[in-house]
Amino acid sequence: MNSEQIIEVRGLTKKFKNITAVDNLNLNVLRGDVFGFLGPNGAGKSTTIRMLLSLIKPNSGSIKIFGLPLEKNRNEILQKIGAIVETPDFYKYLSAYKNLEILSRLSGIEVSRNKIMKMLELVGLEKRYKSKVKTFSHGMKQRLGIAQALLHDPELIILDEPTTGLDPQGMKEIRDLILYLSKEENKTVFLSSHILREVELIATRMIIINRGAAQVEGTVEGLLNTDIMSVTFEVDQIDKAIQIINGTNWKIFYKSHAKNQINLEMTKDEIAGLNKYLIEKGIMVNSIVPVRSLEDFFLKITEAGEK
Amino acid sequence: MITLISIELQKIFRKWRSYIGFIAIGLMTAIVQFALYISKDNYIKFATRGLQDNFEFVGNLFNGYLVAYFILQALFIHIPFLIVLVGGDLFAGEATAGTYRMILTRPISRFKLVTAKFLAGFVYTNILLLWLMFVSFGASVLLFGTGELIIARGNILIFASNDVLWRFTAAYAFAVLSMTTVISLSIFFSSMVENAVGPIIATMAVIIVFLIISAIPVDLLISLRPYFFTTHLVQWNEFFGDPVDAKEIVNSGLILFAHIAGLYLLTAYLFIKKDIMS
Repeated sequence: MNSEQIIEVRGLTKKFKNITAVDNLNLNVLRGDVFGFLGPNGAGKSTTIRMLLSLIKPNSGSIKIFGLPLEKNRNEILQKIGAIVETPDFYKYLSAYKNLEILSRLSGIEVSRNKIMKMLELVGLEKRYKSKVKTFSHGMKQRLGIAQALLHDPELIILDEPTTGLDPQGMKEIRDLILYLSKEENKTVFLSSHILREVELIATRMIIINRGAAQVEGTVEGLLNTDIMSVTFEVDQIDKAIQIINGTNWKIFYKSHAKNQINLEMTKDEIAGLNKYLIEKGIMVNSIVPVRSLEDFFLKITEAGEK
Repeated sequence: MITLISIELQKIFRKWRSYIGFIAIGLMTAIVQFALYISKDNYIKFATRGLQDNFEFVGNLFNGYLVAYFILQALFIHIPFLIVLVGGDLFAGEATAGTYRMILTRPISRFKLVTAKFLAGFVYTNILLLWLMFVSFGASVLLFGTGELIIARGNILIFASNDVLWRFTAAYAFAVLSMTTVISLSIFFSSMVENAVGPIIATMAVIIVFLIISAIPVDLLISLRPYFFTTHLVQWNEFFGDPVDAKEIVNSGLILFAHIAGLYLLTAYLFIKKDIMS
């Protein structure tokens, strides 16, 4: 990966009447990134993507893609972008093949029949190339959406919730495809998703936004690699354990009497210490489960944003 | 641009609704032709009542020209209903289907897209009116032959058979201009909304309201008539006058052309500024 900026957004703001959908957003996507774009529903992800694709106009701020201002170089930039914006929709009365043919012609290139069939094969729709899109399931339309995004061999692929509506197998296939495109084809991928595990698995860098504003940006590894982690202890006497812990410097994050569970935030080294301390005080520790997922991180970030 | 227009035409002609106009015109024309054929003697008697005491009518008065003229008079007011089915869907259909997102993330300018949709709409209008010309004029001439054209417009006008063809050609050409204005209005409405029903109803509502206001015999409303585009839609009829009022036809043609240009530019301006939220 190099440091060439593919997307450079500065102070991007979009308001709809009194609602600020995107608020002074900055982000940087580098060449070769699989860039995760995370946020809860209504955070402004799709609005941002629509602005990146020139579907809606920002109230203020600047967007540069491939080093060029989007406003003045729209067509030149869009030639090198493949995108899915929300649910991909097609001309339902046309076949999958015909839809791709029309979209390739709209991209200003004549894509050969072989190339279209290759794309359909890539997403597993080669046997349904003659079928009208109105007969397709949601998952099939999603796959066709991926095919149309890749049709003109773009440098940058913008995917807005590409696995929505897919079954677990389909989700894995799309994840594998994104990794293939990034690693084998050297594409830059801008991936918006609410499936946090998905981003954790495939993204190299990410940004979390909430209420239109960036909360945190960096490499996935860097953001997750903090010393503090969330740990759940399951004990036999929860009230006594709470009393003991309250007499220490450790702070209980949440407790569940029904499950006899206590959740704390601590470093890895402290886990053994607390375990030993509880045992010494006559508490049986049945299990210790450390949680250090993006989901946990994401929830903390967005909850902090809410507060 | 040719690619864009051909894509738009493919989209139009692969939709079932685009053929409703052709089927309706074909059916209505056939019904009128059949009805006129059955009651042709009565019709001629009715048309020439008041003259029969003083004149003797000879030759083929009930001919293809008369039938074509009759059909044009009867159907012309209904053609807009058929045209707006396609015009109202040109933009709104993309919004409803969600395909705006696909096409507007491609490297084509919105101005070109608007132009392509207008031109495709114009092509559709031309083809529909060519079909009307074929079934009303062509088929009527084939079925009923040619002859003098007798028209009752306040007074009785009889045109020699060799003086008719150019009048029909010019009338159909003017009808293309009229219906292009109608489809332009429906495309304009279509670009502003996300459901095709709205533009179809809005276009017809505008036409009907203007026609009703024009028909009310009150001085103020009469003075407004020249400013309503609907007044100029039916000026094709002037080609069947004697003498032909060329000045009035040109004036109406220019007014309709100004409407088309204005609606096209306004649509382009609004669509370029539009946020695509569908």
